[in-house]
Amino acid sequence: MTALEAAGLGKRYGRTWALRECTLAVPEGRVVALVGPNGAGKTTLLHLAVGLATPTAGSVRVLDGHPAGSPAALDRVGFVAQDMALYRNVSVADMLRIGRCLNRRWDQARAEARLAELDIPPRRKVGRLSGGQQAQVALALVLAKRPDLLILDEPVARLDPLARHEFMSALMTAVAEDGISVVFSSHVVAELERLCDHLVVLAGGRVQVAGEVDALLAEHKVLTGPAATADAVAAAVPVVRDRRAGAQAHLLVRDRRTAGANGRNAPPPGWEAHRVDLEELVLGYLRAPAAAALPGPGRLATGTVPVQGAPRLRGEHA
Amino acid sequence: MTIDKQGSSPIRFRLDGGSGVPTYLQLVQQVEHALRVGFLHLGDQLPRVKDVVADLAINPNTVLKAYRELEHRGLAVGRPGQGTFVAGTLGEVGSRELAGLRRGLLRWMRTAADTGLDEDGMVALFTSALADFRDGRAGVVA
Repeated sequence: MTALEAAGLGKRYGRTWALRECTLAVPEGRVVALVGPNGAGKTTLLHLAVGLATPTAGSVRVLDGHPAGSPAALDRVGFVAQDMALYRNVSVADMLRIGRCLNRRWDQARAEARLAELDIPPRRKVGRLSGGQQAQVALALVLAKRPDLLILDEPVARLDPLARHEFMSALMTAVAEDGISVVFSSHVVAELERLCDHLVVLAGGRVQVAGEVDALLAEHKVLTGPAATADAVAAAVPVVRDRRAGAQAHLLVRDRRTAGANGRNAPPPGWEAHRVDLEELVLGYLRAPAAAALPGPGRLATGTVPVQGAPRLRGEHA
Repeated sequence: MTIDKQGSSPIRFRLDGGSGVPTYLQLVQQVEHALRVGFLHLGDQLPRVKDVVADLAINPNTVLKAYRELEHRGLAVGRPGQGTFVAGTLGEVGSRELAGLRRGLLRWMRTAADTGLDEDGMVALFTSALADFRDGRAGVVA
C-alpha cells in the first residue's frame, strides 16, 4: 500500500527544471519529512502530489495508484499550503461552513470539538487569531475532510516554539488516531528525529537521498582516522562529506554492504566508526549538495523507497 | 503553579533533545530506569500511545517501536484495546555486588590517575574498552 509514488517525475518552468528524475515510493501510515534548501524543489514536489501542478515528465500517484489531482485522489488527500490559505476576514465558524460545502467528506462535529478543545472562539475572524491558532484552524479544517494522506508545506515555519509543539502534537495525534499518512516539508532539522520515519532530501531539484529513517541511520556513519590513509578509505565506500585537517579526517559515509556476522562492518585499521543522528545526516547532505544521487532506479517494488547511492565527492581539504 | 497531570500510568516520558540517543531508545531506557528505581511495578500501565504522542509531539510509530522493543525484552505486554503493561522486572544486581564493582572501578581510577590519566582520559578509555567489549573484541586486547 503506497501513500505516494513518483516515477521519473519532473517539472519545468520555462527553461528551469524545478524538479527532475524524482523517483520514490512511500508506504501508507508513515510520516515523511521533505527537507532541502530553498529552491530545492520541495514545494514543486508537494504541488505535483496534490495536483496543483502538472508534471512535465513522469508521473505521481497517491493512495494506491490514483493520479495526483484526480477526483478520487482529491477526496482523500488534504493539503495545507505554506501560507495556510485562510480568509482573514471570515470567522472560524464560517471557514468551517465553507469547508463543509466544498468537500464531499466532512466531519463537522470533529472539527468543532477540536477547536473547542483549543479554546479557539468560533465567532472570531481568522485574521484576529494568533499565528498558532490560525495554523490550528487550518489543521482542523484539513482533518475535517478525513484525509488518508495529508500534505503540508512548511506548516510550522512561522510559528513560535510553543505553537510549533502544539501544532505537531495535534498533527501526530491525528496520525495516532486515524493512521493517516503525512508528508511535510520543514527546515526545522533538529525536530525531524522525533517526527518522521521517512526522509527525503532534495537539492537542486533532485532527490539526494530518500528512505526509511532507521535504515538510513544504519547505513550512514562517520569514520574518523588519520588523514594519511583517508584517500584509501574514501575510495572504498561512498562518501557524502569529507572533512580533513593536517592529521585527521572525518568521512560521512554511506555503507550499504550487508552487515557482517557480528552485525556491523569493522572500520579500517586505525579508524573509528561513529553513529550519526538524523540531524547530522541531514546537515551532511545539505552541506554537500554535490552529493546528489545518480538517477534513481527505473523500477521499484511497491512499499519500498529506493535508496540512491551518493557518488564520492572531492575532499574538502582544510 | 498549575500541575500538568496525566492519568493512567505511574510514569511520564520526557525527551532529551541533546543526548543523541534515538527517541524510541530514550523511551525504552526511561521505562527500564523506572523499573530499577521503583516508579514502575509489575502490572502497571505504561503511558498510552496517544498520550505520549500528544505530550511530546512525537511520531506514534516511535512510541509503538519502543513498546515493541520492551515486549521483545520481556518487560512489557500489549493488551489489545487496553494498552501496554509492565510484564517483567529487571534482574537487579544486589547492592553488595554493586558496591564491590564500584570499589574495583575506584581502584582502577586511582591507578589510572597515578599513571597521569585525567578524568576525560579515563572516560575515553572506558568508552573505547566498552565498545570493544560490546563487539566481542575484549579478548583481542592483550
